[in-house]
Amino acid sequence: MTRARRWIGEHLVLGLGLLVLAYTFVPIAIVVLMSFNDSSTSRNVYKFQKFTWDNWLHPGSWADGMADSVWLSIRIALLATVVATALGTLAAFALVRHRFAGRSAANLIIFLPMASPEIVMGSSLLALFVSAGFGGQLGFWTILIAHIMFCLSFVIVTVKARLSGLNDNLEQAAMDLYATEAQTFWRVTFPLVLPGIVGAALLSFSLSFDDFIITNLNAGQEVTFPMFVYGANQRGVPMEVNVIGTAMFVISIAVVLGNEIVRRRQEKALAA
Amino acid sequence: MSQVHEGAAAPSGAHARGADGSRDLRLTGLTKEYATFTAVKSLDLVVPQGEFFALLGPSGCGKTTTLRMVAGLDTPTSGTIHLGDTEITFEKPYRRPVNTVFQNYALFPHLNIAKNVAFGLERRGIKNTRQQVADMLELVELTSQAHKKPTQMSGGQQQRVALARALINKPEVLLLDEPLGALDLKLRRGMQLELKRIQTEVGLTFVHVTHDQEEAMTMADTIAVMNQGVIEQMGAPSELYENPRTTFVANFLGQSNLIAGEIEGRDGDHVKVRVQGAVASVPGDRAHSDSGKGWLGIRPEKVLIAEAGTPIDAPGDVITGGYVTDVSFVGVSTQYSVMMPWGQELTVFEQNTGARSMLPVGTKVDISWRPEFAFLLDASQDAKAGIEDD
Repeated sequence: MTRARRWIGEHLVLGLGLLVLAYTFVPIAIVVLMSFNDSSTSRNVYKFQKFTWDNWLHPGSWADGMADSVWLSIRIALLATVVATALGTLAAFALVRHRFAGRSAANLIIFLPMASPEIVMGSSLLALFVSAGFGGQLGFWTILIAHIMFCLSFVIVTVKARLSGLNDNLEQAAMDLYATEAQTFWRVTFPLVLPGIVGAALLSFSLSFDDFIITNLNAGQEVTFPMFVYGANQRGVPMEVNVIGTAMFVISIAVVLGNEIVRRRQEKALAA
Repeated sequence: MSQVHEGAAAPSGAHARGADGSRDLRLTGLTKEYATFTAVKSLDLVVPQGEFFALLGPSGCGKTTTLRMVAGLDTPTSGTIHLGDTEITFEKPYRRPVNTVFQNYALFPHLNIAKNVAFGLERRGIKNTRQQVADMLELVELTSQAHKKPTQMSGGQQQRVALARALINKPEVLLLDEPLGALDLKLRRGMQLELKRIQTEVGLTFVHVTHDQEEAMTMADTIAVMNQGVIEQMGAPSELYENPRTTFVANFLGQSNLIAGEIEGRDGDHVKVRVQGAVASVPGDRAHSDSGKGWLGIRPEKVLIAEAGTPIDAPGDVITGGYVTDVSFVGVSTQYSVMMPWGQELTVFEQNTGARSMLPVGTKVDISWRPEFAFLLDASQDAKAGIEDD
């Protein structure tokens, strides 16, 4: 009796942990599995028919419009990331380093895009575009503007957190050690804030790439990848969608792992 | 990052020497006012070249503000700072031949120890820093740690890196802002000796800010005791301790018994004071007031104590009628609290020579002291100034 109880005590946490992991990873495993599913013989896309490399090797045979939608999403995500990261980093510096009228109000307002429902933001943006006379020009640029807008909050918050954690004694120490203002920034401040900026950029990219609600309202005739998946779902999701899903997953894991490997190698080099 | 112009900030090497060729640090009428209070009030101070100088005072006395103005990290409201004949009052921090060891070390977390130490040299465009860095790491005994990051080191090691990072630039003045505050007692004692050794070895001017009176006395050639933005008294540690001029210095530097008295006036080179019925005389150079009411001061270890009726080896008057209220044995000495007939408790330290056993609580005692050890202060000052309530 007591032995059984002890066995449960020792293994319960582990077991629960594995269950939680499974809960998180089973959907991803399904996506990976389905990316190798040969659906050409059956319309029932939710059943694994037969293993094939075709989905991966022949983008030419992808469903109509899918490759275009992926390319559009990538372009928008890259542009939105670059602009939002640059603007957001500058804004974060201003908010942390400078005292100005309206600073605390600004600090509060940057949380609004994160806190308000996407559907509200999307529709109000649409109303704005239409009333400003751009109702006929909805498309690439309106999507980009919308994405920069919602990425900006996340960038500011991420960089701000990094920057406020930075001991400003470090900058004074640099100046004390003969570094000019510019040298202090590039040699001390920037390298220390960089991890925050990179994190903000990665976050922006993924936020932009998979946004559906705001994009859908402001896209006009354009179709981004999430919109394509949503549309395709009416008839049955083509297996190629899982290829993109798997690729995104592998790339994100690779970025994280690569980052870790570089960090460990640097540490090892330093310790040697 | 390569577009950053290196070496723009080299401090000019050929500084004008003072009239006598010295490079003393001179603060003249230095004042720092904030919106709600004045941190430093018209401070005048000369730190001779090559001296280990301590600015001692409680937190908030303005000592760190003074240091930061010398470093160029704060701008004075008025007054000037000179190094020799060169005025540096408004010079940018990176243009002054002054380096700082910060209270929390402020080591660059993204650079390893060698890079941290080389930082100042590299900013001045000095190319081959390897040998100098190696020498400096050897001086602070961290040669084997050169490739570690600051976070991988202990507090004491980080402190030594901070010191090496400042010293390598051979500044004319090295500022130390409570550099030992974060270390535990044992390490602190070790570092005090180390700092003193290094200062003697390199012969630079050290300005050391601290609130630890023992630390200041151990290391400094000269101590300036600061309180509420002004210097109360300045001098060699023994001079400040033996002959304090204000109640603040008397209490902040060690402990003092201050007994209220009526000053009767000068008599030759002594000043006579009537204290609770007896008359005490204080050497003229130790009397900092010569009329009205005064505080007669005597250090606890200078007070002689004996059981009532037994002889005391002192030429002055014996004060009778006290009794012991508290005894604490601290090894090298025994500390007594003695309640005097006029209702004041005096502190007496007696060295454990073994000549007599400890006096138990309640023992009736007589006390006395040699007149040359007493000092006399103006009674308009608060007798409790400078007592740290901890």
